[in-house]
Amino acid sequence: MIPLEHYLILGAVLFSLSVVGIFLNRKNLVILLMAIELMLLAVNMNFVAFSHYLGDAAGQVFVFFILTVAAAEAAIGLAILVVVFRNRRSINVEDLDTLKG
Amino acid sequence: MEFKQFIFYFFSAVLVFAAAMVITIRNPVKAALFLVLAFFSAAGLWILLQAEFLAIILVLVYVGAVMVLFLFVVMMLDINLVRLREGFGEYLPIGGLVAVLLVIEMAIILSSGQFGLENMPEPPAYTADYSNTRELGRLLYTFYVYPFEIAAIILLVAIVAAITLTMRRRKDTKYQDPNKQIRVDRKDRVRMVKMRSEKKV
Repeated sequence: MIPLEHYLILGAVLFSLSVVGIFLNRKNLVILLMAIELMLLAVNMNFVAFSHYLGDAAGQVFVFFILTVAAAEAAIGLAILVVVFRNRRSINVEDLDTLKG
Repeated sequence: MEFKQFIFYFFSAVLVFAAAMVITIRNPVKAALFLVLAFFSAAGLWILLQAEFLAIILVLVYVGAVMVLFLFVVMMLDINLVRLREGFGEYLPIGGLVAVLLVIEMAIILSSGQFGLENMPEPPAYTADYSNTRELGRLLYTFYVYPFEIAAIILLVAIVAAITLTMRRRKDTKYQDPNKQIRVDRKDRVRMVKMRSEKKV
C-alpha cells in the first residue's frame, strides 16, 4: 500500500529540482525550457495521483490538456530559440538584453 | 516489501535521479536524454496509478515527439558551453538551500496525515473490463468537448506559429513562379535576327 502523500512528496521533490534548475542554468535557454517541462511533469504527477485516490477521472482530463498546452509551448519555445540563435549566434540569456529590462 | 511498493520506490528514485542530472549535467544533449529517462519513469508511475492512457500518451507524445524536437534543436545549434556555464557554482549553494527548504516545507504540510492511508485509502483495483481509455474518451467528448476543441485550436496555432517563426526565404535558392511562367510571351524569349548568309571561304 502506497499512501497518497508519497506521490505528493515525489511531485514536490520534482518541482523543487526544476526550480533549482532554473536558478542554476540561468544562461542556457535550452535547459530552462527542459526545467519548465519537468515542472509541468511534477504538476501532472499530482493530478494523476489525486485522480486515482479520489476515483475521479476529471484529473486525468486536466493532465491531457496540460500535455497539449505543454507540447504547443515547447514547439513555439524551440522555434523562438532557433530564430534567436539565427540572429545572434548565441542562446545565452545575458545576450538578449535589447529591451534593457 | 510488496512488489508495488518496490516498483514505486524504484521508479521514483530513477525519476529524481534523472531530474537531478537534467539540471546539473554539462552537455545539453545528455540533459535531453536524461529528461527522456525522467518521462519514461513517470509513465511507469502513472501505470501504477492506473492511468494507462496518459502513460502511453506521455511516452508517445513526450518522448516520441517533444524530446526528439529538443534533441534535434540542441544538435542543430552550435553552442559555446563554457560561457553558458558561467555562474553555475556561484548559484549552487543558495539554489540548493532554497530547494532543500522547499522540499522540507512541502513534506511537512503533506505528511500532516491529511493524505495518509487513514484519510485517503487506496481505492480497490479496477476489474478487467474497465477501460481507462474509454472512460477518458467518454469524459472528453461529453463534458469537456468545448475545452477539447480549444485544445485542438491551440495545437493548430502552435503549428502555424512555429512554421512562420522559423521559415525564411533564402536569396540564393531558385524558386519557380508559376504565374510568371504562364504569362511569359514568345517575344520575351526569342529574338529574330535578320542577317545575310555568309560566303564560303
